[in-house]
Amino acid sequence: MSAPALGAERAGEIAPGLIERLGRPIKGPSALGSDPRRLWSLTWALARTEFKLAYFGSALGYLWQLMRPLLLFGVIYLVFTRAHLSKLSSFPLYPAALLLGIVLFNFLGESTGGAVPSLVNRESLVRKIEFPRLAVPLATVLTGLFNLCLNLITVLVFLFISGGTVRWSWLQLPLLMAGFAAFATGLAMILSVSYVRYRDIRPIWEVVLQMTFYASGIFFSIVDISPVTVFGVRVNLAHILLSNPFAAILEQARHVLVSPAYPSAAHALGGTAMLAIPIGLTVAALVVGFVIFDRQAPRVAEQL
Amino acid sequence: MQRARTSVPPAARPQPACRQAYPGWRGYPSGVPTDSLPPVVVDAVHKSFQIPSERVNTLKERALHPFRRSSHEVLQALRGVSFAVSPGEFFGIVGRNGSGKSTLLKCLAGIYGVDRGRIFINGRMSTFIELGVGFNPDLPARDNAMLNATMLGLSPREARRRFDSVIDFAELSDFVDLKIKNYSSGMLVRLAFSVMIHVDAEILLIDEVLAVGDAAFQQKCYDEFDRIHASGATVMFVTHDMSAVRRFCDRALLLEHGRPVELGDTELVGNRYLELNFSEQARQLEETAAEAEEQGGRAIRLRSSAGAERAADALAEERAPAEAEPESPRYGDRRAEILEAWFEDERGTPLEVLATGRPCTFAARVLFHEPVEDPLFGINVQNSSRDHLLSASNLASEPNCGSFAAAETVVFRVRFEVLFAPGRYHVTPAVASHSGSWIDRRERMLSIMVAGTSSTDALVDLPYELQIERGSGRPASQPVP
Repeated sequence: MSAPALGAERAGEIAPGLIERLGRPIKGPSALGSDPRRLWSLTWALARTEFKLAYFGSALGYLWQLMRPLLLFGVIYLVFTRAHLSKLSSFPLYPAALLLGIVLFNFLGESTGGAVPSLVNRESLVRKIEFPRLAVPLATVLTGLFNLCLNLITVLVFLFISGGTVRWSWLQLPLLMAGFAAFATGLAMILSVSYVRYRDIRPIWEVVLQMTFYASGIFFSIVDISPVTVFGVRVNLAHILLSNPFAAILEQARHVLVSPAYPSAAHALGGTAMLAIPIGLTVAALVVGFVIFDRQAPRVAEQL
Repeated sequence: MQRARTSVPPAARPQPACRQAYPGWRGYPSGVPTDSLPPVVVDAVHKSFQIPSERVNTLKERALHPFRRSSHEVLQALRGVSFAVSPGEFFGIVGRNGSGKSTLLKCLAGIYGVDRGRIFINGRMSTFIELGVGFNPDLPARDNAMLNATMLGLSPREARRRFDSVIDFAELSDFVDLKIKNYSSGMLVRLAFSVMIHVDAEILLIDEVLAVGDAAFQQKCYDEFDRIHASGATVMFVTHDMSAVRRFCDRALLLEHGRPVELGDTELVGNRYLELNFSEQARQLEETAAEAEEQGGRAIRLRSSAGAERAADALAEERAPAEAEPESPRYGDRRAEILEAWFEDERGTPLEVLATGRPCTFAARVLFHEPVEDPLFGINVQNSSRDHLLSASNLASEPNCGSFAAAETVVFRVRFEVLFAPGRYHVTPAVASHSGSWIDRRERMLSIMVAGTSSTDALVDLPYELQIERGSGRPASQPVP
């Protein structure tokens, strides 16, 4: 190959002293980008698009979206009230409580399950354009939040039909949902960026979600689970299950939204101090998720 | 016959009336920063990719072999690229496939981070690697345009404000609420392109894949590039098409194996690029070359169409002098010199005009000043719009043509059937060393008219037969012969 590279003096036409006047060099792609407003407007635009696609694609729009949780609700409700499988079904306003559980789980499944392939599915964006990479998993969570808001309206309708009333404790709900969104965001960040490298994340996460559905007290009362003895040590299974932030949030949401007859998370965990476990796990998910995502973000475009 | 260059220095460029062109459009900002710092500075940038030789694709594998270091090859895509782009410049980045030009563009765009070195961007930048990034077929034009504009860097408010102008320019006012899956491909491209030019950037990074679509649309794209450039924006254009570079760019950078090889005037870069391609071909050919055949004669004949073998006696003295262009550029180290060039007919009579459909022979006399081993002789015929219509050399037919002594004179001839459409043509003869570097290349040295009886708008006038069969009972599906 007779193509000698240019000497530095010919190739580097950069006048001495120029670099010093140029300010800061550009950074490569990152999780947050340089402008938080851009991150937000992109997240919003992506989530809006997803939302529109889901609701304006078919004539019945929202009804279809609601069909899945409602059908699930119908089956569980019939089985558990008629067969008396769960003590929870004798609690006041059980239909609203059950639907709340299903709707909240729906959000967890949508936002985290949807986040898993999100970066890979948006390959054309990631490889063709510079933008804060975090916008992709955030948009998935935001789309889930839109759906959650709509679904919560349905829950309220159920609540009022079954005889529930507006209570002051509802004011706690936004805070609770913010914590829930933070937990989901943390998971979404870990999952989306890991899936780029490890493609078996998707089936693994499906199994984890399914286990979460059965282990979070959606249709039964966790508090009723009796302790088990393992190698002579008495283990309070209920407390372990409630360490899962989702289970704790669900417990508390029922307490504040549906009826005070449902135990609060602190009560179910056996003390306010114990709340530190689910809260700590939520914060940990958020921090660890961001650290992992931030570290991988510059290379995502190359690894896709 | 040199065609006027379309690119003129930025200062002399006329400022077209963008505002008149698209009502409601504010036009690009003046683009030239007041402190006139270079908008783009690349300082010794290195970039490599790790290509895992056996990719650990699953958590399971990672869990089963936790300590296995996944081995990977390192692909060095950019090795120390430096340059500065002046404000308002149309800067080309050229190179062959795999030369690193797209990687450089993606580094500039911030899609890839760099390993070493620094990139400085001074001004608002937009990247156009693909038209319609993020388009969703199930959404109407309105949503897609907004999303696309947001992706390209506009704030939602800016996007909303410019929406009408985007639709006007794309001439899609009647189809704003139509889902774009129902758009024709032409409408789609118009929409995407319209969004792109409404993101008023001071620095535009444009990849060649943009210039897709039919010829008419390409022309529209190119006109738009001209207009964008004329409005004062700095444009960086990545391509492997030298004619596009010559047409638009003020300067160009030639990359090869991730290194800058040439930087400067587009003619200079263009010739270096041709040389690179040529030498690469020569090298590949050498590797696979069959046994070199010994040749006796000193006249080398290259035939691109079957014709009678002609004797090597035609060192005629009474040739008409070549119609050489006085200022045609020359390249090479001049170890040999192309003295003159002409066209002749089968009997060796010089031709002033070629006739379509008739054979002709191009001939050039070469004088060697120094001994040269196995040189390459070739020509290249362009029409007046610089389309290459014929490239001929002894590279494929006779790469090892022997050694030539100093002071030796050689005539090489290329015989071919004139299938060109009527018009003016330019011939560039060249002598190159076996390794591919130019010895003497005389750009568009000879200019000749081709005359024909009929004229179509085709570039070439290929012989053909056409049959019309009527009611002969053949099934309709029969291919037309």
